[in-house]
Amino acid sequence: MIRSEILKEIAPIIRDHLVVCNIGLPSQELHMIDDQPTNFYMLGTMGLSSSIGFGLALAQDKPVISIDGDGSVLTNLGTLPTIANNATGNYTLLIIDNGSYGSTGDQPTYAGRKTSLAAVATACGCDNVVEVQDRDLGPVLQSAIDSDEMTIIVCKCDSGNIKLPVITMDPVVIRHRFMEAVKA
Amino acid sequence: MNIDKKIADDLVANDVSFVTTVPCKQLAGVIEEIDQRDDIFHIPSNKEDEGMGLCAGAFMGGKRPAIIMQNTAIGVTINTLATLTQFYRMPLPMIISYRGELREPVACQVEMAVHTKALLAQLNIPTYHFHWQKDVEEFDNILKYTFMCNKPVAILTDANFWGGYGDQ
Repeated sequence: MIRSEILKEIAPIIRDHLVVCNIGLPSQELHMIDDQPTNFYMLGTMGLSSSIGFGLALAQDKPVISIDGDGSVLTNLGTLPTIANNATGNYTLLIIDNGSYGSTGDQPTYAGRKTSLAAVATACGCDNVVEVQDRDLGPVLQSAIDSDEMTIIVCKCDSGNIKLPVITMDPVVIRHRFMEAVKA
Repeated sequence: MNIDKKIADDLVANDVSFVTTVPCKQLAGVIEEIDQRDDIFHIPSNKEDEGMGLCAGAFMGGKRPAIIMQNTAIGVTINTLATLTQFYRMPLPMIISYRGELREPVACQVEMAVHTKALLAQLNIPTYHFHWQKDVEEFDNILKYTFMCNKPVAILTDANFWGGYGDQ
């Protein structure tokens, strides 16, 4: 499965939860598949999906899911020790690991070669790290959201993209709509 | 006047309850003070752009955030300031130790100091410079201004403000 197929499959699971979605194609795909006020789309700032989602999870009680990518996590590896050492049960980090920088033309990442992000997360002190194959993600994600324990999911999948438009919604509108959903 | 305590008091009085820090020797006292406050959740960051991401999330979760960091971090965080904090119009007080200014003993620190105000000006970030201890009296107003206008705001605090560094 490629990332857009995974997002289609998990859309019903994440629909009612706060989601911070990674820059570029992941946000564009989620926006096209199932736009929700509970989705925060990153239009820039590669690497910070996990940090934004984690700050949100620490600041309030609702479940938060950060959708990140292997390339983006590699950009901000310092995020994993911070998350591990300040764990909060309402947070789930979903790393869609297709072994490539999808938004920039599928250049390979080191996560697709020798580096295991699941092993990195574990070494950083994250207690619940699950590596899962794309077709098995749904139930794993559902139980992570339902659980009181913070979970890091590394979902291995194929690289590949679909053609779709950029998000033209104004960033302040995205942010305001999202904050109203957080408060609701 | 205990400036560490005054800064922490003003943060609490302005309902700033989520503070992330990347340390600097000059900031050790204020970081320790913040860490001890029950009204402030203190979360150290490994890098300043990561910290700004945490602050963005905390703000959207209903908390007032702040970041404490060194001025070298301006070189690290320009993209984050432009494409996250400013693009989405989020408030962020940045308490910055201004290394490389008067009474600085480390020459390399001057290399980023000479760019700091120019970079902040290029980003249109409101910038205040605390040189004397009495300058901290403005801090309360700067916090109110930051959360009024929903912008990142820089407070540069130099070695003279902190009582000297390396020459005592």
